[in-house]
Amino acid sequence: MTTASTTDRVALVRAISAQHLADRGPLMPVLHEVMEELGHIARQDIETIADVLNLSVAEVHGVVSFYHDFRTVAPPTHSVALCRAEACQSVGAEALYDDTRARADSLGAGVEVTEVFCLGNCALGPSGTLDGRLHGRLSAERLDALTEGWR
Amino acid sequence: MALTAPTGQVFVPGDAAAVSVGADEVAAAFEAAGSHVVRNGSRGMLWLEPLVEVETGAGRVGYPQVTPDDVAAVLAGGATGIGVVDEHPWLTSQRRVSFARVGVVDPASVADYEAHGGWAGLRRALSLSPAAVVQEVIDSGLRGRGGAGFPAGIKWQTVLDAASDLKFVACNFDEGDSGTFADRMVVEGDPFTLIEGMTITAHAVGASEGYVYVRSEYPHAVAALRRAIDAAYTHGFLGQDVLGSGLTFDLHVRVGAGAYICGEESSMLESLEGRRGEVRAKPPIPAIKGLWGRPTAVNNVLTLCAVPMILSNTADGGPGWQRYAELGTGRSRGTQVFQLAGNVKQGGIVELPFGVSLRELVEGYGGGTLSGRPVRAAQVGGPLGAYVPAAGFDVPMDYEALAESGAMLGHGGIVVFDETVDMARMARFAMEFCSIESCGKCTPCRVGSTRGVETIDRIIAGQDVAANLVLLDDLCETMTKGSLCAMGGLTPMPVQSAIKHFPEDFEPQETESSGAPV
Repeated sequence: MTTASTTDRVALVRAISAQHLADRGPLMPVLHEVMEELGHIARQDIETIADVLNLSVAEVHGVVSFYHDFRTVAPPTHSVALCRAEACQSVGAEALYDDTRARADSLGAGVEVTEVFCLGNCALGPSGTLDGRLHGRLSAERLDALTEGWR
Repeated sequence: MALTAPTGQVFVPGDAAAVSVGADEVAAAFEAAGSHVVRNGSRGMLWLEPLVEVETGAGRVGYPQVTPDDVAAVLAGGATGIGVVDEHPWLTSQRRVSFARVGVVDPASVADYEAHGGWAGLRRALSLSPAAVVQEVIDSGLRGRGGAGFPAGIKWQTVLDAASDLKFVACNFDEGDSGTFADRMVVEGDPFTLIEGMTITAHAVGASEGYVYVRSEYPHAVAALRRAIDAAYTHGFLGQDVLGSGLTFDLHVRVGAGAYICGEESSMLESLEGRRGEVRAKPPIPAIKGLWGRPTAVNNVLTLCAVPMILSNTADGGPGWQRYAELGTGRSRGTQVFQLAGNVKQGGIVELPFGVSLRELVEGYGGGTLSGRPVRAAQVGGPLGAYVPAAGFDVPMDYEALAESGAMLGHGGIVVFDETVDMARMARFAMEFCSIESCGKCTPCRVGSTRGVETIDRIIAGQDVAANLVLLDDLCETMTKGSLCAMGGLTPMPVQSAIKHFPEDFEPQETESSGAPV
């Protein structure tokens, strides 16, 4: 990473933080926006946010580490999030999750398979998201078909 | 032209469930064919999605499980449909109150909302004093629909009576329970109802700011809500001097970040304030010290969505609160929105007055399992609810009857399992889920859940089963009594119900497996 882009990143995160200063409880909206713009929250970002919002680095780190959505490492090329909650389990989600994790590379290079607990699509399971897009009635075959463009 | 030939609009649901099985592609195909497409909410007959409705001389005719290849046939009136959707027995046998407009109206249209009775409750409420509005909600018997079932009017009275420079309304839209999607669907299909309900609440309790805390797993709902809030501001239903009443009410959307525990009200408040979602001790209750130390009315989406109807007059001029109170039984007034989910043939939304049996829901509406194998159990009330064996399905679905039989209504979710379910694995999952989602404050929850997984693993492996079952029971008692909230406090419910009703699944197994793993 060049010094120039680090400076740009700091400036961007400062701007995002400053924009929410007038909101009540600005930290969660700031973290969401940083995630959206940059794909993950780096250590430097935590320090920048803490500085602008007048919070301690520990407080910001504490919030980032608490919530599943906030990632601290760069996002993958493609992501598969499969629901492992009860309703999806009742239609075979557990086996689908184990199988998909084991063969993640067969869906495409650098594909990350993670678990999620409930997408609110509980009558059309097994449910999951592919690069954030919701799909119901998933199976190994449907996953292969839907990810064809990743290979 | 045939009677069922299309005469006007084509409705293709934009509800996330419909989208998950191809509704967006279907909508694009109809648009490409020159139709005027409306992205309505879902009727809640989810096994039929994408359920396309076409306006005809006879009414809105429905076509189930439509794909882009079916478009030409549907438009020519030649495809096989399910008849006029409003006349479908699934819908006509229900009592849709909170879901009255879902699937019917265009969720993006203020005018369509108004044409279907929208804003009448707010208009009438603004003509009453705050105390009078609170009294009508008390008299309706409305109980919180999140799961606790606390009388909404009593909560509002507490907020109204609390003196403060600033008060808030907070909507708990962190619908994280597996098997539940009613909040998601009503916001995607009829978002103005929630906005109207929150504005009435603000007037009733003296609040000027509202926050909707919505799960990040619900992006379609977030978009629908933001769009509706913008439209409400434009038309004067939010902001300064709402409808010229003098009420100022600003409504904000705040998105969660993947933590199940933020569905617990005090954890949600912590998250709204920008902190880790740790549960707060009560007292003080949020109605007195909620957001930023101020009196806050915290209510679930469905609770708030019942409010406009309660504050409106009926068609013959009678009070809405009385009509609401007359539905239901005993202390469970009004309607409940049941959600049929899991291994069920016909999943979706069933809104009925309290008192229908679980059997009627699972076998009558649900049609039994999707797999066709016998039903073995249903988990009622979410991941912290009990597993009810098929033999126990005659229980009436209301707060008191379910509690008496050792189960819990919760948010109304019902997850159906067929005979391949391994209840020991489900008990293990209950502990695993708790260990992942625990906020970490209470040792019995934070540590106990991990120990619970380990203990159940030993039972599943056949090690000292009798002794480990005693230990598990003891652990469950500790978690129940030693946890500040329902996360640790009710995790034992599914575990102990599984052991009680399905003890055979916890006995040492033969080496040949006796069923497919869940």
